[in-house]
Amino acid sequence: MEASISIKNLSLSFGALDVLKDLNLEIGQGEFLVLLGSSGCGKSTLLNCIAGLLDITGGQIFIGGRNVTWEEPSKRGIGMVFQSYALYPQMTVGGNLSFGLKNAGLPKAEIKERVDRAAKVLQIEPLLARKPAALSGGQRQRAAIGRALVRDADVFLFDEPLSNLDAKLRADLRVEIKQLHQKLSNTMIYVTHDQIEAMTLADRIAIMRGGQILQLATPHEIYNRPANKYVADFIGSPTMNFFDGKIEGGDGAQFLTEGHSFPLHGYNFQSGSAVSGPAWLGIRPEHMVSGAEAETAPIRLHGEVELVEPLGSDTLARLTSGGHTLWVRLDGQAEVANGDQITVGFDAARANVFDKNSENRL
Amino acid sequence: MTKAPQLIKHSMKYGEAQSSTGAAEREPGSPYGRKPRKILSRRNIFIYGTLIMVSLYYLLPLYVMVVTSLKGMPEIRIGNIFAPPVEVTFQPWVKAWAEACTGLNCDGLSRGFFNSVKILIPSVILSIAIASVNGYALANWRFKGSETFFAILIVGAFIPYQVMIYPIVILLREIGLYGSLSGLVLVHTIFGMPILTLLFRNYFGSVPQELFKAARVDGAGFWSIYFRIMVPMSLPIFVVAMILQVTGIWNDFLFGVIYTKPDLYPMTVQLNNIVNSTQGVKEYNVNMAATILTGLVPLTIYFLSGKLFVRGIAAGAVKG
Repeated sequence: MEASISIKNLSLSFGALDVLKDLNLEIGQGEFLVLLGSSGCGKSTLLNCIAGLLDITGGQIFIGGRNVTWEEPSKRGIGMVFQSYALYPQMTVGGNLSFGLKNAGLPKAEIKERVDRAAKVLQIEPLLARKPAALSGGQRQRAAIGRALVRDADVFLFDEPLSNLDAKLRADLRVEIKQLHQKLSNTMIYVTHDQIEAMTLADRIAIMRGGQILQLATPHEIYNRPANKYVADFIGSPTMNFFDGKIEGGDGAQFLTEGHSFPLHGYNFQSGSAVSGPAWLGIRPEHMVSGAEAETAPIRLHGEVELVEPLGSDTLARLTSGGHTLWVRLDGQAEVANGDQITVGFDAARANVFDKNSENRL
Repeated sequence: MTKAPQLIKHSMKYGEAQSSTGAAEREPGSPYGRKPRKILSRRNIFIYGTLIMVSLYYLLPLYVMVVTSLKGMPEIRIGNIFAPPVEVTFQPWVKAWAEACTGLNCDGLSRGFFNSVKILIPSVILSIAIASVNGYALANWRFKGSETFFAILIVGAFIPYQVMIYPIVILLREIGLYGSLSGLVLVHTIFGMPILTLLFRNYFGSVPQELFKAARVDGAGFWSIYFRIMVPMSLPIFVVAMILQVTGIWNDFLFGVIYTKPDLYPMTVQLNNIVNSTQGVKEYNVNMAATILTGLVPLTIYFLSGKLFVRGIAAGAVKG
């Protein structure tokens, strides 16, 4: 895959504060990359650096093979969509779409053609003569996407574009953005703090923390094989259950924690074999089984239900089991009540083991 | 206010629906629905009483001025300043505008009016134009030392005018503008700068940064963003700045009397010369008319722009 964007040793600091530290990233042609992280992790800052809206302190940025490190935002071949839509309030939707093209000095006929084409793709043709104030939130964000679309850019940058919308519109527009990417096959970089958006849209997800990328992988990999405890904890809702304990290596390695010992048979260690030492064991609530399945599971736990959250499709239950608190995702039809004693189980193959000190995956 | 009757109607409708289902549960006289409010409550009497007193306090002098300006001198000498004019005459107004003598000139306030207009228009336009660009640059195009620059500018607002009077006299003399209208325009423009820059910087700073970023991605430069994005969004603040500058410059006396010469005196200085002239009889009616005439311009600006101001705010309040 040919690289569409490559970022080399990028760093940015405001005075003594390092926001981005020696960051490297390669994004393939037509790839949909999501930058995911909690607020303050530097994901929006990275996007603004790529767009050229922030002056970087060190490193290089290439877009389409061209070194754009010192280029103006408008000369980088990008289109950008913002969280607050950022539509020019005094212009009509048509005016908003054509503003950038007029600045670029394109002939009128071509501007009209491009605006019409973008409006058609986004189904905002009837709205072209309206002012942004007369649009709903979803229509505004569609117009904002249109403004990026008319630029015929190689790369689209989205800065939390759906965060201002209500839940239903967000889901609708998420699907539209995915379809748009399939139709246009441009490179897209999408910043969000919403893991559902990240999982559903991305070809690859970059999870960021403290100005660094912790893991860059496909959604499947990130979900199933998180590279460290932070990523494991960040992805998934409810969050992964963690047991604090230690590994006893050798043949038939075991994980020892307060009141339990879990055989790690079937767990795929990064290094090939288990090494003794303090560690975390994590298991997702949805990877735990209950009822008859639990009886045959390699690892079994007994616990008392202390909280039930019925979601319709699933039921979440919080158990206490010998000093541990864990969430379990049960079938939506399961009938559980507070105080019930139930047995849950899991397979070590679905678990995640992290080193206690480095918090990296073992 | 217009909503109130509808609300009552609404609650009654609701009440009817209630009564069809649970009429028996409602005791007569027990609290139900909208809480009744007494019109002549102690609170209302206090609020409206105070408001009426205060407005009388402010309006009475204006009333005396208008009434006196419409009387002839014999009627004024009777001494009842609150009595309405028995014989209405507009002669004092005509005299104040076109005939009153100040120094050598006997063409009334009209000369001062046109001088003031010639000072006002360029000063207002120039100061707002420069200050808005300043504020825009300081808010959106931060450069190294821009905060320091801004701080220095603001300190300027706290230096007493008296300190700068003489240095500016010398400065204007050196550049050959002392005693001319353009010199005074320059002074007004400079002295309006700190407060107006602060005003515009804070306003432009409150415009969402993403709008500015979007415009940069769209390839707009410094001036293009200023004229095509920022200015059209900022009508309210331009109106506020205009009100500030028009009243400030029109009412200025100090700079007018120092930096111009008698035949270029602005209206305020000329008004003072008419009212405080020590020769002959004190013509109270002419003085009153002249004072009202001088105050008319800021008053008109308040009335006209007040409407625009509200409309501007309403237009700006709708989020893009």
